[in-house]
Amino acid sequence: MLGLQAKDFRLLLIVVAMTMLAPFILNPFPVNSAMAQFNAGYPDLMQRFVIFGIFAIGFNILFGLTGYLSFGHAAFLGVGSYAGVWMLKLLTMNVVPAILLSVIVAGLFSVIVGYVSLRRSGIYFSILTLAFAQMSFALAYSVLTPLTNGETGLQLSLDDPRVLGVTQVDGTIPAPHLFGASMRASYDLVLGGWQFTFNVGYYLSAVVLVLAFYLAIRIFRSPFGLMLRAVKSNQQRMSYTGLNLKPYMLAAFVISGMYAGLAGGLMVAMDPLAGAERMQWTASGEVVLMTILGGAGTLIGPVLGAGFIKYFENIFSKINDTVLHQWFGFMPDGLEDVVVFIVHPFIGKGWHLTLGLLFMLVVIFLPGGLVQGGQKIGGLFRRKAPADDSATRKQPAE
Amino acid sequence: MGILEVKNVGKRFGGLKALDNVNLNVMENTVHAIIGPNGAGKSTLLNCLIGKLIPDTGSVMFDGQSVLGRKPHEINQMGISRVFQTPEIFGDLTVFENVMIPIFAKRDGAFRMHAIESVRRETDIVEAAEAMLADVKMLEKRDAHAGSLSRGDKRRLEMAMCLCQQPKLLLLDEPTAGMARADTNNTIDLLKEIKASRPITMCIIEHDMHVVFSLAERITVLAQGTPLVEDTPENIKGHPKVKEAYLGEAAH
Ligand SMILES: Nc1ncnc2c1ncn2[C@@H]1O[C@H](COP(=O)(O)OP(=O)(O)O)[C@@H](O)[C@H]1O
Ligand SMILES: [Mg+2]
Repeated sequence: MLGLQAKDFRLLLIVVAMTMLAPFILNPFPVNSAMAQFNAGYPDLMQRFVIFGIFAIGFNILFGLTGYLSFGHAAFLGVGSYAGVWMLKLLTMNVVPAILLSVIVAGLFSVIVGYVSLRRSGIYFSILTLAFAQMSFALAYSVLTPLTNGETGLQLSLDDPRVLGVTQVDGTIPAPHLFGASMRASYDLVLGGWQFTFNVGYYLSAVVLVLAFYLAIRIFRSPFGLMLRAVKSNQQRMSYTGLNLKPYMLAAFVISGMYAGLAGGLMVAMDPLAGAERMQWTASGEVVLMTILGGAGTLIGPVLGAGFIKYFENIFSKINDTVLHQWFGFMPDGLEDVVVFIVHPFIGKGWHLTLGLLFMLVVIFLPGGLVQGGQKIGGLFRRKAPADDSATRKQPAE
Repeated sequence: MGILEVKNVGKRFGGLKALDNVNLNVMENTVHAIIGPNGAGKSTLLNCLIGKLIPDTGSVMFDGQSVLGRKPHEINQMGISRVFQTPEIFGDLTVFENVMIPIFAKRDGAFRMHAIESVRRETDIVEAAEAMLADVKMLEKRDAHAGSLSRGDKRRLEMAMCLCQQPKLLLLDEPTAGMARADTNNTIDLLKEIKASRPITMCIIEHDMHVVFSLAERITVLAQGTPLVEDTPENIKGHPKVKEAYLGEAAH
């Protein structure tokens, strides 16, 4: 189907179902229940899930296939964001031109960064990409203030020209839209105690993610994808087989840079502002974590990793001591205080600590990431079922 | 006129003269063996032919063109393939993928952006890869990870990968080193078959005299970076200089 093998097509269907039904899947708890704070089905967060999913899918095309670890991919996301905001300021509030320009500008920028960085491999390549990203951050933060509005960040204003659109509506800045459908428009479905929100911006991002995922599958299964895996496996054999590594690597680098730009453009479409902090090295590190946590080199891993980390960042960080006292209220008072005291460093602002520990556990026990964890669990079930064609699950790129 | 002409090639590693004024002429469609004791500079000479090393002096002409100053992938595309002393294969990929890659390289050249099409639908590539694996009797291992193959199978796979490219010149660096007698005989048969079935020139480095005398039409003896003699197998066998420099030493 759609030029995919059955296995890949099933994976695509899973992603379609996950993204389209996300408002239900992520809001399993009734609004007034104690567990409601674990609900993640609000538009803002769902948008972040899929946008970072796109970012990680693209990053994985470079890192997962070729093994080249870029430590500066946030720079492309940032450049894409700035380009997108400018499009919204100057041309129209329709998000299509903004997103397209984000992808193009990020692509052009990644040609330059890739051309220079790919002169080296291994740790030196990583350092070069990091240097580029930090330079971009510094430029955006101070030197290029006319373009980026420095530390305040680039925002829309009431006197933007917007030659193909309107400057203001009733004295306010109009919202980004897709041919008239506002990104902020939402529909709330109330079913008993449950509430599900369907947001236009989210669904636009989700459709883009599905397309981005489909394209990634095609790239993984193409001759080009095969060559990228050959780069990771044995560069020496590759060049003595008559293949020129450089253009293959540069193409992979630019494609993943364009994915990052696409993510940046979508961010702007959801919330029309861009700041330099989007390009900082921590942001570049985050996409590395997402990809490794989910499973580098696998198709679905980066999407899972992105969702996992964003869920932690937004949900775990909101648990505070009051909530803990509620949870452990059934315990005797003294014990309750002790438990809360022990758990305290791992929640709220301490969510990084929890995430760090989880990351270590995954890297040590599941080097293939969450995908490998899923396969192991699947394998357990299968072993219980009698008569089965085992040992066929060693396909690396699932 | 030889298909490969090496003239006055010298290569130093620090104070060590690994190659000293090497001249070599390999005639088209022959099997030319290079023998010599360990450290004689045989592998270094091959490295100079495929662009892995750049000689300090001299010239290397292949098919009427100089290979010096060209990148390894360009030299390969001119028609030179090499089997390495320790097999160089794509260990993380399957046997089948290993064979497909050189076929792609032959068909599409050094770079081509096929990012959307499925590998499986490249029927001409798939068929050629299957045929090659059948030729080297590895078809039943097509889905195995190349890195998990036995040493002998890795060598066979690497040879298959080189043959897929239909090279004009095939360089083999000790293709039977560490093989059991039966495997060695299989390799000899395979190389004879290849030679008989297509126009190809082979340059083979070998320690095993049985292999050398079964295959070679010309033999060059290299010692301490310099060619001692070049002659037919019959004459090499009885040559006193060779006995002294190489065969005598190999017999200990
Ligand atoms: N890259 C290198 N750097 C330094 N010395 C080398 C290098 N390659 C080979 N040599 C030296 O050159 C000499 C010839 O090596 P080699 O060509 O591998 O010999 P052979 O293949 O005939 O056994 C040896 O003394 C070896 O140690
Ligand atoms: Mg050697």
